[in-house]
Amino acid sequence: MSITTFIIVSVIKSVAVIFVLLTAVAYSVWLERKVTGHIQNRWGPTRVGPFGLLQPLADGAKFILKEDLTPPHVYRPLYLTAPIIAVTFAITSIAVIPFGNWVDVGGIKTPLQIAPDLNIGLLVVLGITSMGVYGIALAGWSSNSKYSLLGALRASAQMVSYEISLGLSLIGVLIMAGSFSLREIVNAQGGTFLGFIPRWNVFHGQTLAFFIYLISAFAETNRTPFDLPEAESELVAGYHTEYSAMKFAMFFMAEYANMVTVACLATLLFLGGWHGPIFGPPILQMILPVFWFCVKVFFFIFLYIWVRWTLPRFRYDQLMAFGWKILLPLAILNLVVTALIVAW
Amino acid sequence: MLHLALFLFFGTICVAGAINLLVQRHPINSALSLVVVMASLAAEYLLLGAEFVAAVQVIVYAGAIMVLFVFVIMLLNAGEEERTQGSRVAILLGIPGVVIGTVLVAWVLLHRSSTGLVSIGGLRGDPKSIAGLLFKDFLLPFEVTSILILIAIMGAVVLASRPGAVARRHGEPTATETRELVSAGKER
Repeated sequence: MSITTFIIVSVIKSVAVIFVLLTAVAYSVWLERKVTGHIQNRWGPTRVGPFGLLQPLADGAKFILKEDLTPPHVYRPLYLTAPIIAVTFAITSIAVIPFGNWVDVGGIKTPLQIAPDLNIGLLVVLGITSMGVYGIALAGWSSNSKYSLLGALRASAQMVSYEISLGLSLIGVLIMAGSFSLREIVNAQGGTFLGFIPRWNVFHGQTLAFFIYLISAFAETNRTPFDLPEAESELVAGYHTEYSAMKFAMFFMAEYANMVTVACLATLLFLGGWHGPIFGPPILQMILPVFWFCVKVFFFIFLYIWVRWTLPRFRYDQLMAFGWKILLPLAILNLVVTALIVAW
Repeated sequence: MLHLALFLFFGTICVAGAINLLVQRHPINSALSLVVVMASLAAEYLLLGAEFVAAVQVIVYAGAIMVLFVFVIMLLNAGEEERTQGSRVAILLGIPGVVIGTVLVAWVLLHRSSTGLVSIGGLRGDPKSIAGLLFKDFLLPFEVTSILILIAIMGAVVLASRPGAVARRHGEPTATETRELVSAGKER
């Protein structure tokens, strides 16, 4: 494939994926409001379009037209760049996430992944999510307000603590697949065992790692029950108290984009990625893996919302104790047992 | 050609970040410049073919250690640096000193080094090769390093623990608490 073809194909893929990601972020807000409403025995948004489906458009218009207020005593350079940092790192990690197999469109073969398969794909995602802490920490500090500072300190400490058990839980998957490359990890989960159970990592030995990953990911994205950094009843709004309109919208988008990234990673590493029943004509066979991938990602986003409105919030010392004293030893135990079993 | 251009580009960013770190007066700007330096170093590692080291540099250095730096700056609320007489003298003597030192080191390395050159891609940088080196050839230094880190952790825990915490566990009041109880007239 010549260099110009490669660039054009990559640009098309990037545009398509970013468009789908941002739409997914907007509609996961809609999903959250609807599911929240039904859990709380009320309708969610219903007025703007059928089933409230145009509500994200109305929200977008609101964010753009709202008064963008910059409080007088903030540290302006960081106040203005913190939302940019947050949203940039939240959206960047989708570049290494594969959605399906190689497709062949008119003689051009290309993988369904923006960056060609890196052999350290998993580490890249971990690196980008660990850089996302800066957006929150700098936002809280530069806002020059006690609620923001406390929220930012809590968020940074929480995210750094749970990053450890997140990484350790992923190493079990890594040992079983033998590679950091996301595509190879998914390919190692093909086929079935015991006749009909698919060889996804969640069934095939990494169940404990799956739950540790899920809990750590909830803490990383600052979602309930770990949402103390932005708890309304405690901290007004935590690190994004002093932000309004578009800058707040960027933090909002960053949070939901992080949720989508975590859901994508969970499906790739534990739920077999795009593996699922494939049938039909070749055009359908190209699209079905992507469809199964989206179904699994949707399940995780729904799980996020479901957990949010079911569980009460952790107190901060409970949160830190849980991360260091329970999750970390369990993750190390999982790693040791996996390594022993694979080595023999 | 492109490789050399990218290498020089990231090298320039690295040095510019380091100089910015020294020039900035507010510590938070210095910390963020250091993050830029770490990230450009990761890019340099990537250009040299050490992709695993590049990723780990971002995860550990830029993503965890520098976050703790920023954390400390936020907690201590350190203000802007002030320019005093001593610091001006330091700048006057320091900059020529650093330039001379750099030229000296570069000259020694380029003219006297007997270790030879390695071509890019000559050494393997993938995780498997690094794991082989770490756990087979350099196992003893690896284990000794982890013991050093353990000692550092224990030292930090001891330094950070409050002196009253030890006494309180035995149920008796600490020195300061005894003084307060006596002055309030509640204990002889």
